[in-house]
Amino acid sequence: MSELVSNLLNVVLILVSVVFGAALLTWVERRLLGIWQDRYGPNRVGPFGTLQIVADMIKLLMKQDWVPPFADRLVFIIAPAVAMFVVVAAFAVIPMAPGVGVVDLNIGLLFFLAMTSLGVYAVMFGAYASDNKYAMLGGLRAAAQMVSYEVFMGLSLMGVVMLAGTFNLRELVLAQADGWFIGPQIVGFFIFFLAGIAESHRTPFDLPEAEHELTAGFHTEYSGMKFAMFFIGEYVSVLMTAAMITVLFLGGWLGPGWLPPLAWFLLKTIALVLLMILIRGSLPRPRYDQLMAFGWKFMLPLSLLNLLVTGALILI
Amino acid sequence: MKQTTGLGRQIFLVWDYFYSTLVTLAKVAGHTFTKADTVEYPEQMPYLAPRFRGRIVLTRDPTGEERCVACNLCASACPTDCISLQKTEDETGRWSAEYFRINFSRCVFCGLCEEACPTYAIQLTSDFEMAEYERQNLVYEKEHLLIDGPGKHPDYNFYELCGKAVSGRAKGGGCLEAEPVNLKSLLP
Repeated sequence: MSELVSNLLNVVLILVSVVFGAALLTWVERRLLGIWQDRYGPNRVGPFGTLQIVADMIKLLMKQDWVPPFADRLVFIIAPAVAMFVVVAAFAVIPMAPGVGVVDLNIGLLFFLAMTSLGVYAVMFGAYASDNKYAMLGGLRAAAQMVSYEVFMGLSLMGVVMLAGTFNLRELVLAQADGWFIGPQIVGFFIFFLAGIAESHRTPFDLPEAEHELTAGFHTEYSGMKFAMFFIGEYVSVLMTAAMITVLFLGGWLGPGWLPPLAWFLLKTIALVLLMILIRGSLPRPRYDQLMAFGWKFMLPLSLLNLLVTGALILI
Repeated sequence: MKQTTGLGRQIFLVWDYFYSTLVTLAKVAGHTFTKADTVEYPEQMPYLAPRFRGRIVLTRDPTGEERCVACNLCASACPTDCISLQKTEDETGRWSAEYFRINFSRCVFCGLCEEACPTYAIQLTSDFEMAEYERQNLVYEKEHLLIDGPGKHPDYNFYELCGKAVSGRAKGGGCLEAEPVNLKSLLP
C-alpha cells in the first residue's frame, strides 16, 4: 500500500513538475530571447515577470472555446490532446535519479522513439482538421520533416545502445559511470541534438509553424486552451529532448557527490534547454528543400557512418 | 568558390557552415552581458528631441490675449482636415476664433499647421500622453487647446506689428509699427 502511495506520489509530482516546468519555460524563453536581443522581455508581472505565465494562463482560459464551423470537430479537438499526451507519456520512461522516475521499462528507449513518432499525428490531425491552407502546408511540412528526422534520430542512438548493450534507460545511465557517452559518441550527440530540435519543431527547424510564411502553420485555427496545449506540448518536448540527451550522452544523474543526483540531472537538463533557446535566438530558419537535403544527404549518411565506425570499434 | 564539387570542397563547406554557426551562437550569447536598450517608459521618460511634435496648443500674446486671428490657414494646410474654426471679431476690431476644434483622432502631428500659422498661435508641444477611452474625448475644443503662456516665441505680439487699427489704437500705433505712409506724398 505504501509502495502504491509513493509510486502515485512519484507520478503526480513528475507530471505536475514537467507541465509546470514547461509553462515556466515559456517565460524563461521569452526572457532570455529578450536579453539576447538587448531588451528585457516580460518583466512586469510578479517578481522578474515570473507571474507572466499565470497571466497568460488566465488569458487563455478566458478565451472562447472556438471550433471553426468548417473544421472536422472530433479530430480538431483530439489533436491537441494527442500532442500533449505523447510528450508527457514519453517523459514516463526518463529516469531522473535513483528512485525518481515513473516507470523502468527494459525497452525505454524504443518507447521514447515510438512516442516521438506518434507526435507527428498530433500535427497531422490538427492540420487536417483545421481545413485551412496554411495549416495544410504546415501539416505537410511537419509530416515530412518529422518522418525524415526520426530516421536518423533513431540511428544516432544506436551507437549508444551498442556501447551499453541495453535499451533500458536506467542501465544506460549506469553504463556511463566510467565515462559519459558524449565522448565516444560526439557525432551521435550532435545528430540527436539537431534531430531533437527538429522533432519538437523549434527554430531553426520550425518550418511547420513558420510564422512569416504560414501565419502559425498547423495550429493556425487553434486558440484558447487548445492552442495552449499545442504550445505546452512543444515546451514539454523541449524539456524531454534535453532530458533525453542528458540521460543518453551526459551521464544522467551521475556527477560528483557534492550535489544530489537529481540536482545533477536537472542542472544538465537546464543547461541543454538554455542551449536550445540560444540556438533559437541565433540561427535562421532554412528553406524547406534545404532542410530535407540536410536531413537526407548529410545527417543520414553521417549517422550511418557513426554507426559503422562505432560497430567496428566495438568488434576490434 | 571556383569548385563546388569534390570531397575536399564538401568537407570544407560543412566545416565552414559549422564554424559560422558556432560563431553566431557565441556572438549572441555575448549579448547576455550587454545593457538592454529598452526605456521602461511609464517609470522612465524617453528622450524627446527639441522639435518633437506632440499635442497642439493655442498660445497667447505676452499681454495675455489670444494670438489666433482665425485666418484659417492652419485648417487649409492640414492634410487630414482635422482643424475646424470660425472667425469672429470683437468690438475693438481684433479678430479671434469663435470656436476652434481639433480632432486628435485624425491628427497626424505633421506640424504643417504650425508652419502655416502667421501669428505663432498654433504650436506643437512635446506632450504625447493623450490616450482616451472614448474616441469623442479626442476632439479638443478651444478651451482645451488654449494655454496661458506664449509658447515658443515669448516676445512676439502680432497686433504690435500688423499695421491694423485695434483696441482704439490707430494704424501705426503699435510699438513695432512705423507711421503709415501717406501715399499721396510718395508721388514725385
